[in-house]
This record gives sequence, C-alpha cells and structure tokens, in this order.
Amino acid sequence: MKERISADVAIIGGGIMGASAALFLRRMGLSVALLERDLCGSRSSGVNYGGVRRQGRPATQLPLAQRAHGLWARLPELIGTEGEYLRSGHLKIARSEADLASLEAYRQRTRGFGMDLEMLSLRALRERCPWLGKAAVGGSLCPEDGQANPRLVSPAFALAARRLGADVREQTGIDEAIHDGSVFVLRSGHALEVRARSLLNCAGAWAGTIAAQFGDTVPMESGHPEMAVTEPLPMFMNFSLGVEGGGAYARQVARGNCVIGGGQGYALDNQRARAQRSGLATLSQQVLGLLPALRHAHIIRTWSGTEGYLPDRQPVLGPSATTPGLFHAFGFSGGGFQLGPGVGAVLADLVRDGQTATPIAAFSVSRFSSSPRVATTGSVPSAVA
Amino acid sequence: MTALQPVIVGAGPAGVRAAQTLVAHGLRPVVVDEAPRWGGQIYRQPPAGFSRPGRTLYGFEAGRAEALHAAMADILDRVDYRPDTLVWSAEAGRLDLLSRGRTDTLPYGQLIVATGATDRVLPFPGWTLPGVYSLGAAQVALKYQGCAIGSRVVFAGTGPLLYLVAYQYAKAGAQVLAVLDTASFKDQAAALPYLLRQPAVFAKGLYYLGWLHTHGVPVHQGVRLLRATGDAQVSGLYWHDGRSEYRLPCDAVGFGYALRSETQLADLLGCRFRYNTLQRAALPECDAAGRSSVPGVYLAGDGAGIMGADAAEWAGERAALALLADAGQAVNTARAATLEKQLARTAAFRIGLERAFPFPCDWAAHAPDELVICRCEEVTAGELRQCSQDTGAREMNRLKALTRVGMGRCQGRSCGAAAAEILAHACATGPDAVGRLRGQAPIKPLPFAAMLPQDGETA
Repeated sequence: MKERISADVAIIGGGIMGASAALFLRRMGLSVALLERDLCGSRSSGVNYGGVRRQGRPATQLPLAQRAHGLWARLPELIGTEGEYLRSGHLKIARSEADLASLEAYRQRTRGFGMDLEMLSLRALRERCPWLGKAAVGGSLCPEDGQANPRLVSPAFALAARRLGADVREQTGIDEAIHDGSVFVLRSGHALEVRARSLLNCAGAWAGTIAAQFGDTVPMESGHPEMAVTEPLPMFMNFSLGVEGGGAYARQVARGNCVIGGGQGYALDNQRARAQRSGLATLSQQVLGLLPALRHAHIIRTWSGTEGYLPDRQPVLGPSATTPGLFHAFGFSGGGFQLGPGVGAVLADLVRDGQTATPIAAFSVSRFSSSPRVATTGSVPSAVA
Repeated sequence: MTALQPVIVGAGPAGVRAAQTLVAHGLRPVVVDEAPRWGGQIYRQPPAGFSRPGRTLYGFEAGRAEALHAAMADILDRVDYRPDTLVWSAEAGRLDLLSRGRTDTLPYGQLIVATGATDRVLPFPGWTLPGVYSLGAAQVALKYQGCAIGSRVVFAGTGPLLYLVAYQYAKAGAQVLAVLDTASFKDQAAALPYLLRQPAVFAKGLYYLGWLHTHGVPVHQGVRLLRATGDAQVSGLYWHDGRSEYRLPCDAVGFGYALRSETQLADLLGCRFRYNTLQRAALPECDAAGRSSVPGVYLAGDGAGIMGADAAEWAGERAALALLADAGQAVNTARAATLEKQLARTAAFRIGLERAFPFPCDWAAHAPDELVICRCEEVTAGELRQCSQDTGAREMNRLKALTRVGMGRCQGRSCGAAAAEILAHACATGPDAVGRLRGQAPIKPLPFAAMLPQDGETA
C-alpha cells in the first residue's frame, strides 16, 4: 500500500547540504520530508577529507563560507555534538617564490572577509612547524580555519533535523520527481509518495539528473578524491595543511591518525569509488615531502567518494531557472563540507523568504545556458534513484 | 605456452594443491604467499635451520603436512614462487604486492584465492592482558618456533582447535591447567550422527579428549568465561559453569571460537558475498568447483568458508581443474567429480562440527558494557550499544563511521565478528541483518616508505 505524505518542503539527499537545510527549515517551523537513497551522510558528506577551511576559496564563496564559519562555531547547540571540530588553523604552504607571491596576492584580495590571514616566512615556518619538510619556502596561515570529522558531523545534521521533527526517510530512493502544476510530487517505488510546495535538490554528484528533469542542465562531472589514513601517531601537526597550487593535503586528528588526500581514485560504478595504486604512490611521495615524519608510518586504510564537479569549480546554489519552488544545491567541486551549514541556512532563507542576504549570484544554475529549456517531467533514471 | 597467466594467492593446503594441479597440466603459475615458507598456517614450517621432527610439530597430521611440503618442494622449479609477499590490494587484472618493504604489481589472467583463515575472537574482560593469546597464535608459537605462550596455561573457547592445541601443548611439556569449552556435552551428543560421517576425523577428536583425560587435564564443558585478571600479565582466569564461579591461577590463556575466513581480497576483487548461517559470516559465493561470481577468479580453502585442511587440498585441486577447463584445457572430469563428492561429504561433517562446538549465541548478551571489543581503537561494547541506541545505527559500516570500531590496524579482521554480534543483539536482530564491513585497501598496513621509488628507479 502506498504511503502518502505532505510537507512544506521535500528534500532529495541527506548529505550535509540537505540535512542542514532540513534542520534550519525545522527551526523556522516548516514541515520537512527528507529522502535519502542510502544512509544520511554516508556518501561524500561523510567520507570527505574533513577540512573546514575558508582559505583558498574564491572571493565569491567567502560570504557563504563566512556564514558557515559562524555556524560551525555553534555545532554543539545545532546538532548536539562537536563532531571533532577544531579550529586548528589551516596552513597553506608555498613550494616556490611564485607560489608565495600568489598566496600574498590572495591575502590582499580577500582582506575584509574576516579570515585574518598571516604570512609565514621560511624562518617562521621552521619555528612554528618544525615537522614540515624542506619543500616549503613559506606559507599562509588562517588561524580560525580547521578540521572536523565528517563521519560524525554529516549524519548528526540529519539526526538533529529528525529530532526537531523532520520526516527523514533513509534507504528511500526517488524514482520520479515532477511538478504537477500546483505541488511537487516525488515517488519512491510503489511505497511512498511525497507532495510538497518546495523541493530542494541536494543529491550531490547525482543531482544533475534531477536538475535536468526540470530543464536545468549543468555540465557536471564526477570526481573521486583519493584519501588515506595512517595508524595513530604521537601528535605533531598543529595545523591542517594544504599546498598552494594543489596536490596533497593532510591533517592529524585528535586520536593521532594522519588523514591525507590528493590525486584521484577511480569509480567502481555509478555509486562507488576507490583509491588506486598509482594515485597512492604519487600521494605518498608528495606527503613525505611535506611530512617526513610519516616515512616510517603505515597507511592502514584508503578510500574515495563520488563528488560533483562543475567546470568553473563553483557550485550551483539557488533557485531553478525553470521551476518556481525548486532550489538546487550541488556541484561543490570538492569544497562543500565547510560550506554545508551555510548552504542549509541559505536554502532555508530561499524557501521561506524567496531570497537570502548571502550573495549567491555567482552560483546561479543559469550560468551554464543562455536560454534555459522548458521543464520536462518524467522518471528519474534508476541510476540516481 | 598459452595466454594463461594464473596466479595463486596463498601457499597453504589449497594453494599448494592448486599449484601442483596447474603444473601437472603444463602451466607455470605464480604462487604468492605471505609466509616465508609454504604450508599455510596449519602446516606452517619452522624457520630454516630448526630441526624438530614433523611428528612433534604436526602430530597425527604429520603425514599430511609432509606430503604437502613435499608436493610444493617437488614443483618449486616449475612455479614462480613469491614468499614473504603480501597482496595488499587488487585492481583491474593486477594484484598489488608488498614484499620486503617494496611494492610491486602482478598481472593475472586467472586467479585462485586461497587466503585461509584466522581465529574468530570473541573478547572477554581481560582479553587484552599480556599472556592472553588466540588459540591460533598459541599454536603458531609452538609450531613455528617451539615456544609456548606460558608454562601454566588454560585453553578456553570452543571448536576442534581448542582440544588440539591443548593436546599439543601438554605433549610439548607445558602444564595445561584446564580446557574450558563453552559448548556442552549435550551439543556434542546431538552432533554425533553428523560427526560419524568422517569417522577417522571424529576418532582423532576423541583421541585428543581421551588423552587429555588420561593425562589429568580437566575438561569443563558448558562454561562461560567471566574475566582474566592480572597486573602486568594474566594471573588468573574466572569462569562459570552454570552453577558456580571458579578461578584458575595461570600465566597464560589461549582462547578462540573456531575460525573465520580471510575474505578481504575476494571483497576487493568484487566477488559477491552471501551470508552463511552455519558459519555465521558473510562469505564470497562460489560454485562447487570454486568459481566465484567474478569471471577468472576462483576461491579455494578456508578463505571461502571454513572447511578444514583436508577439504582445502581438494578444493585447491578442484579450483585449478575448473580454471583449466574454463580456459579450454582437457581435464579429468571423473577426478573433478570425485573431489566435489569429497567436498560435499566434508560439508555435511562441518554441520556436525558446528553443532558440536556451537557459536555461543549468548555471548553478546553477557558482554559487559566496559568490555573492549575493538582493541586497536579501544571501543567498548557499551559505546557500540549507546551509539546504536542514540543514532539508530543498525548497519556495520555506519557503526564503524560513528564509533571507529574496526578502524584501526586490523581493519575489523579481529573485531568485526564480535562487533556485529554486539550490534545485532542491540538491535534485537541477527548478525545476518547488520551487514558486513566494506573491504578497503590495504588488506594489511602498508608502509609509506614502500610506496616510494627505489634507488635506481625513476619516479
């Protein structure tokens, strides 16, 4: 027998975007049905590197990142756990004078966004980070950036939303999503039908297909960052570490394990991804250049995930170009975790007020097409269901 | 000769017989094995230069062990034998190897996975004290280097290995203070009709039991382990027999609850798994000949489900015949049929063993909250229960993500079974309903230094 539920807002996807939106919508008193194909926070939101970093983002993202930054500080109040969130500081190192100049230019360009970036000379670097390898010639420190445990934080948003009364349905894939002229109608097999005035598309790497159902086409591709972790080691890293120009990144968690990332894994299928040997070899070399102390450590686990990337490495966040009441939040191009709570808050603004004080114009879905197609409705292919 | 490029992972009973069969058909397989010498865990050879006789090392199995060792010695010049080599991952027709601190890859066309088994560990309070070993580890210490885990030893848990190891220790001169079996006499009586299907094996079991009796080693059945105590080292083991509590002063404890299959490689290879009620574990599926769900990948021996060493030899040979037949080579089909028949008979006998030494289904219910389940990450039974209760976690990978259980050096190889029991009990369901930990490379810890290009190589 088919169960029919109605809510003010239906959300597809229980990652950190969808779950935090659910939480903020519930705090506004709107009713929410959240539909997650797997378990909330079990995909990229739960398996990402865990960097909670504003430094390095384009200026267009900084107001949103700053809003998120304020929300991260309130995690215990919002979701009932700290999720190992720590403002350890994020150090971005330069491996050449040109990279150092680029870091300095970034600091100049982003003054006024509250990051308080501090340039570190080679000498300061040696003093403050004696564990750092010889590859670094200087760096830029964002003292209030940090790290958190995505495995804990992302599911906790969904749990908090549920505690506030959101109807969270896990292992509930969507087979059809349409707007019937008055409301959105979502169907999950023959078991469930959800009707809602507003719909949030927060389906991560799989959101493009849903957007396309409504005529919002985006050139999104999947990426699979390669991640690895060591056994617990004596604490030595006092910052989360990145590199100007990309490459490896690393942090040490409170338990002592070093989480490292960089390079690309590979997709096993539409759903699953893994680290691969070639990438691990490159990553190991890069990481040992930064962290010589790891030379005698072991990798005890590797993993990857499936993230949506857009050509300009900016997300889609905001209203549909075709369908009133539909809002998208996807394509965070590997940088969504820190933004997550801010994105949820923005989505809640948009649903309730039709607008938000946070600048999101750069993330408009229409930037990929000069003339959006007319909405089509129909079945979502099973690959995204 | 042909394009066949068979690789065998594991040089225990299954791997050696598979290699022998392929060699007999004119192939030159690669045999990759983690141990320095062939024989597997059960027929593990001492290091070169040790000279204890086979009869001392392997007891009744000496003939089997020596035959297996000889079979491999005989074909060494016709196989590409890679000892001391760990397969740490697999990807698109290539195995990832770690050998003597270096990584390498090995292409394969066909693969026989004979990865064997390790102890199934169900923790009890005090199990992490020095002097407390798994049964398998206790046996390896004795077999490999002639060392005992202590001089006043208690063996506990259940399974055929319990009696065998107790017997081997007593024979070797250790003082075996007691054998504590969680199975009851009633279990063993009920299993009799099945056990009699392999009277010779059954007789060996009876012999060990009889020997222990006549040599004054107390055997207690239907017990429950309460805790091991001690400061720097275990000094006593407490147990309960349903009526009273007892304490045995001792300086070592060997414990285990039968064996669990090493399935990570099959998992990384993409083999389909199915829950096996008898073995209380998810196992890679294979047909009677050992074909997995992945074309070109064959499974043999205890790594595909615990069947014992004799069955592993047959399964290794059978899988090799299947590999050959699938590649279009003529094989002796009558021999293949005989092997399948022997394997089927063993499967029936295994039902008897599982009844005689049943899994202690009440273990999770009795596990106290403060009991450490995952020793790598120091996660207790209480934390697992609390997490399930607070978050609604009902699945092993979710439990792992939220609590770190199975996230340490062992990656769940030791603690996974116990954690699944705790979760299932907390959810008032069975271990079949909580899923299994996803396989993630590396299968065992991988040194960073091994990933670096070596001297004389370009990056």
